[in-house]
Amino acid sequence: MAPEVIIKLRDIRNAFGKDVVHDGLDLDVYRGEVLGVVGGSGTGKSVLLRCIAGLRPPQAGSIEIFGQDALNCPENQRRAIDQRMGVMFQDGALFSSLTVRENVEVPMRTLQGLDANLRRDLADLKIAMSGLPYIAGDKYPSELSGGMRKRAGLARALALDPEIVFLDEPTAGLDPIGASAFDELINGLSQTLGLTVFLVTHDLDTLHATCDRIAVLAEKRVLYTGTMADMLEIDHPWVHEYFHGPRARAATETLERTA
Amino acid sequence: MSATADPDFDPASGQARETARISPMAEGWAIEGMLTLRSVSAVLPDLNRISGNQVALDLAGLTRLDTAGAFALHQVQARIAQAGGQLDLRNVTPDHTALLERVAASIPQPPVVTVQRKSLTDLLEILGRAVAGAGVFLAEICAMLGIFIARLVRMIRHPHEFRMTALVHHADEVGWRAVPIVMLMSFLIGVVLAFQGAVQLRQFGAEIFVVDLIAISILRELGILLTAIIVAGRTASSYTAAIGSMKMREEIDAMRTLAIDPATVLFVPRILALLITLPILGLIANVMGLFGGAMMAWIELGISPGMFLTRLLEDTSIDHVIVGFVKAPVFAIIIGVIGCHAGMQVGGNAESLGRQTSAAVVRAIFAVIVADALFSVFFAMMEI
Repeated sequence: MAPEVIIKLRDIRNAFGKDVVHDGLDLDVYRGEVLGVVGGSGTGKSVLLRCIAGLRPPQAGSIEIFGQDALNCPENQRRAIDQRMGVMFQDGALFSSLTVRENVEVPMRTLQGLDANLRRDLADLKIAMSGLPYIAGDKYPSELSGGMRKRAGLARALALDPEIVFLDEPTAGLDPIGASAFDELINGLSQTLGLTVFLVTHDLDTLHATCDRIAVLAEKRVLYTGTMADMLEIDHPWVHEYFHGPRARAATETLERTA
Repeated sequence: MSATADPDFDPASGQARETARISPMAEGWAIEGMLTLRSVSAVLPDLNRISGNQVALDLAGLTRLDTAGAFALHQVQARIAQAGGQLDLRNVTPDHTALLERVAASIPQPPVVTVQRKSLTDLLEILGRAVAGAGVFLAEICAMLGIFIARLVRMIRHPHEFRMTALVHHADEVGWRAVPIVMLMSFLIGVVLAFQGAVQLRQFGAEIFVVDLIAISILRELGILLTAIIVAGRTASSYTAAIGSMKMREEIDAMRTLAIDPATVLFVPRILALLITLPILGLIANVMGLFGGAMMAWIELGISPGMFLTRLLEDTSIDHVIVGFVKAPVFAIIIGVIGCHAGMQVGGNAESLGRQTSAAVVRAIFAVIVADALFSVFFAMMEI
């Protein structure tokens, strides 16, 4: 059975003035997979993420999410789609005037009739599932380290039990131990919660450790998609340089040694 | 939309509405439907009714389970286990098992917190800390003033270090651009004083004394004081915001590592600009206040501008003008030092920037008024 396509992008065009970022971009994301999106700086990885998350409509093209047209649909249908997706921004993008627990409760407050005590308990559960200690729930974002803010951002993204989670550079700025702990967190959550993960990253270790499939953004579109093994075979100069550079070799070797 | 719409369908989102039902069966309970974040609150009372020693809960009819549902099931299990019983979950799919295990593994253990009531000594401690904090604040302000004076003296000895461009820029920003608002404000104050004075003095037939009233109150007090308050609102906040945002983005640390002294580059031109422009603004305020008063005296009391001027020159001592202008440099330094100090207190986040900016304005205005009161007492004792 062919896997269900959960996000379907066709012919996407994005431009800032005369600067065209995407032109004729196609991409399919399958249910339950972890898709890593890679590309050089300025190839519009984050722009693509913002497009799908509904923060920036593309100039042309179509986006289907859960089989529904996400661009030309009534507002309440779009809101229903948004509630089934969660976004973790680069630095967490937590509301600075709220504690971490209140941050996680924010999306749950939009649901009518959710018991307040249950909401609080669930927020604590999400915080714990994101690997934060219980006391972190009472702290304000400014009191947390960068890695903890990312985890808190993930807890908020998971608040409504979304089917798709978008992660923007989840391991950027983390130390190697924190980064690999985050990789494990993504793996564990995607397996037990059945999450589909759309992951924008530069981190080759994360690609190795978490991604089922990799999409390469280059020349204004998705140039290749495939598994890590497929990527190593491709002889496009940029892709080859990316996956065979000195850092890539180190990442592959580490993986082989631990395997 | 038909009235007999499917209750399990939510037309708003075009999705199946999520509901769960709990029903009793032979040796326990059965749950069917979707136990999710959206449906769990509705079935909480039913879940709470499940009790007993050996209870079975059949999950065969469960089509969807999320972390909220798994959490609710775990709560039921925990409650029954605490009462000495056991809850058997039957017909659980492998996916649901994995989720239940994950949730059970990550249930947070809140640390036991003992709430202590505040005793008298705690209140005393809070008071003591507040007093000590005020002392520290005053010491820091004095330190900032000391740094300013030290750098100013150094600059007089080494004039090439002086940042003329920055000084001109800040003088333009805090002085020249404040001229319209200061003019308008003092004109209106003059008008108000003349009008109110006229109403009162006319009762005694002493209309002509309105000139003395306006001259003394504007030249001695209001011209400089109100200018200083306006400048405190405009400039203390902008100094705090500018220095604070540099502090926030580690620009000030970068300056230090590049062997650039932040005090020389940031504080001296700013405070010096205030020191130069505030007396000028005060002079403008005085002139406009007298002008506004003269206008109103002419319209309301028929005192011609010529008569106003004669009376002003003959009867008003120059002492009043001097008393007014002596205060200007002091106010300028107070505003500048408080603004720069608050900027340096900004921490790593935008919130502290906002807090310090508003604190700077409040402190600067408060300090200006306190200083003015001290001057009043001083001049009264000197009988000037």
